[in-house]
Amino acid sequence: MTKRVDEPTGTTTVGHEWDGIEELDTPLPRWWLIIFVACIVFAAGYVVVYPAIPMRHAATAGVFGWSSRGDLAAEVTAERTRKASTLAAIAALPIEALPAQPQLLRTAIEGGRAAFKVHCVQCHGSGAAGSIGYPNLNDDDWLWGGDLTSIEYTLTHGIRNPDHDETRQSQMPPFADVLQAAEIDQLVAHVRNISGQGKPSGAGAALFETNCSACHGTAGKGGREFGAPNLTDGIWLYGGDKAAVRVSIAKAHAGVMPRWNSRLDPVTIRMLAAYVHSLGGGEAPPAPVVAVAPEGKADVGA
Amino acid sequence: MQATVVRAGGYVAVMVVAVLATAKAVDGGFAVHMAIVALAALIAAVATLRTADFAGTRVIDRSEYDDEPVRWGVIATTFWGVVGLLVGLTIALQLTFPALNLGLEWTSFGRLRPLHTSAVIFAFGGNALICTSFYVVQRTCRARLAFPTLARFVFWGYQLFIVLAATGYVMGITEAREYAEPEWYVDIWLTIVWVAYLAVFVGTLVRRREPHIYVANWFYLSFIITVAMLHLVNNLSMPVSWVGSKSYSAFAGVQDALTQWWYGHNAVGFFLTAGFLAMMYYFVPKQTERPVYSYRLSIIHFWSLIFLYIWAGPHHLHYTALPDWAQTLGMVFSVMLWMPSWGGMINGLMTLNGAWDKIRTDPIIRMMVMALAFYGMSTFEGPMMSIKSVNSLSHYTDWTIGHVHSGALGWNGMITFACMYYMTPRLWKRERLYSLRLINWHFWTATIGIVLYTASMWVAGIMQGLLWREYGADGYLVNSFAEVVAAMHPMYLIRAAGGLLYLSGALIFAFNIGMTIAGKIRDEKPMTETPYNPAADRPLLAQPAE
Repeated sequence: MTKRVDEPTGTTTVGHEWDGIEELDTPLPRWWLIIFVACIVFAAGYVVVYPAIPMRHAATAGVFGWSSRGDLAAEVTAERTRKASTLAAIAALPIEALPAQPQLLRTAIEGGRAAFKVHCVQCHGSGAAGSIGYPNLNDDDWLWGGDLTSIEYTLTHGIRNPDHDETRQSQMPPFADVLQAAEIDQLVAHVRNISGQGKPSGAGAALFETNCSACHGTAGKGGREFGAPNLTDGIWLYGGDKAAVRVSIAKAHAGVMPRWNSRLDPVTIRMLAAYVHSLGGGEAPPAPVVAVAPEGKADVGA
Repeated sequence: MQATVVRAGGYVAVMVVAVLATAKAVDGGFAVHMAIVALAALIAAVATLRTADFAGTRVIDRSEYDDEPVRWGVIATTFWGVVGLLVGLTIALQLTFPALNLGLEWTSFGRLRPLHTSAVIFAFGGNALICTSFYVVQRTCRARLAFPTLARFVFWGYQLFIVLAATGYVMGITEAREYAEPEWYVDIWLTIVWVAYLAVFVGTLVRRREPHIYVANWFYLSFIITVAMLHLVNNLSMPVSWVGSKSYSAFAGVQDALTQWWYGHNAVGFFLTAGFLAMMYYFVPKQTERPVYSYRLSIIHFWSLIFLYIWAGPHHLHYTALPDWAQTLGMVFSVMLWMPSWGGMINGLMTLNGAWDKIRTDPIIRMMVMALAFYGMSTFEGPMMSIKSVNSLSHYTDWTIGHVHSGALGWNGMITFACMYYMTPRLWKRERLYSLRLINWHFWTATIGIVLYTASMWVAGIMQGLLWREYGADGYLVNSFAEVVAAMHPMYLIRAAGGLLYLSGALIFAFNIGMTIAGKIRDEKPMTETPYNPAADRPLLAQPAE
């Protein structure tokens, strides 16, 4: 134990030494001590104000009885109250009457935009541009109808939900079971030709008339009552190159969208429909044209 | 001789059990692991017999410290450091360019991320802690390592733990507990190794030739004991099969989450803070040749740090199912932790009183000062982020990632590199390091790398926090999650650039260490060096302590 005064600092050493290391007898820095004590005082105060000490049955509630669940509930209630009248107004109107109320329509679109970001972007993309197998919602190429009422129906009941009678339903048969490979090739050539790709195929056109026109129409412009896509517009759900079209014809696709009435309330669905309609391709309510559906088995869709 | 044969026999027995377990394994990963264990046991048995001193003629030089495991540790630290940083850069690039996941489960982000964290924390950091603790405890006790064979077992046993953990992650074997991912049998193995480590460390303390225990050793001891406790409790689990890799935690629900974050936070507190402060407390005064700034501060901040740290874990679970009272306590203990953490920074920085000029001329001291500066920054940032209103913005964002890396790269990395630079010429009895000027290059690439990393993650984190909570005038969320991910792209690119710089620095470090070990000296303009007196670097023999 040899205490000495350390020259550069003028401080006494404590007198210990380990492998040449000594320690100075410097007191605790005043500012350090003050902040440390201040933090402890803050902690003590905080513990009094907020729930902190676990007791036998419950923890101390704190001076104001604050709780994170209570805080959340209050915020949610306030927000619900604030929106209640608007939401009730949206719920009360039939959806096709929304455009006549610009203020209400704008609110509905905003609400739909938010719901879309949570529930729809996973498949349709954050810009609603879709991807292979998931339709682009920005264009005016609608499988099941692009007016407000049709979109709301599609959202509510979904597409090809096995557990739901009102769902949008259709099933294109896999033509590999029906046609020869060469015939499918001819069909592929025709389908590509009517969309402006490749050479015409007379045999393909004949096959198309026999096998496809019931749902897709003689000209291949599609049929919304079966969700049968327009094959002439160059917009492809599953791809328009030869290989992709061949797969679509030979194996057929049957895309599924969940029905949202089991997950979302009717107002949110209505707002979603308003939002999707607003994206660019929304259509006016249809003229009252009655389409005659062919008999059950021939149900064909995209 | 008897003991050697028994030991080799023990290893053979382990090998037989492992081979049987391989044959009986219910999953492929477990079979691979048991095959690795069998191979390791075989190597251990052969090594035991080959190095055995059957003639009894070997003379151990007790006038020198037992530095062999320390030398191995320096090499292992360097190796795992480069590996860990390389994997880190890989996953940073995967976040920027998802195609780099390669579409294979073994190379997917989910498996490489724990590989990165475990490689840098446990392989790089752990080896640095073990080897510096063996170095420091001998010198501050003026005694050779107790149980020299056990010390070697600790080194190799720990490397086996790392190999099992790392291969397990890639094969998808995980408990899914952050920083505690290895499965039950790897946990048991680590427990055995850790108890051996504790025995060697405490045994050496008991044999000390100094009247008092130096402050560095308080920190090392608190690190070893607390990590043992954390590891045991957090990994309590029930294996599905004794010959399979899967197990289930003993805890469920929010209790499980709290146990995990009690562990996770104190892994930071006792592994990455207390352990590395121990390194600081020896190597900073040695390199600067200055007395420690304040003995009183070291006592107060040591006890307040270890007392407060252990309660701060709940701040990882703010605004979750964890009851409010536990969140409150997690927050206030974190706030109170600010000054105890800073005590270490003050004691480190102020030790330079009377030697501040050396920051200009001594690149190792410069590295130590930068490490302490980052330590100070991240231990201020930590308590701040534990405050609930700050946490509601920062939690789940890249701010947390930036915070962790300012601590890990700035504090743990820099102080480790500085200690390795200090020890290497002394351990291999070289005149000096291969090159002091290369340390400068390492210092600047690493520092710029950290700045790019933390700055980009601050921006990314605050951006995420604000975008996630942004509501429009009508009261609806404005941004989808995917849009926020897309907005992060430039930040992720900058982060990867920072990581690349830091990795480059580590490669310069590895080169410098390798050349020094090879005995080369670069012809360069001299810089300030701390003189080494081999005559004083010896254990005290025979004489009683007092």
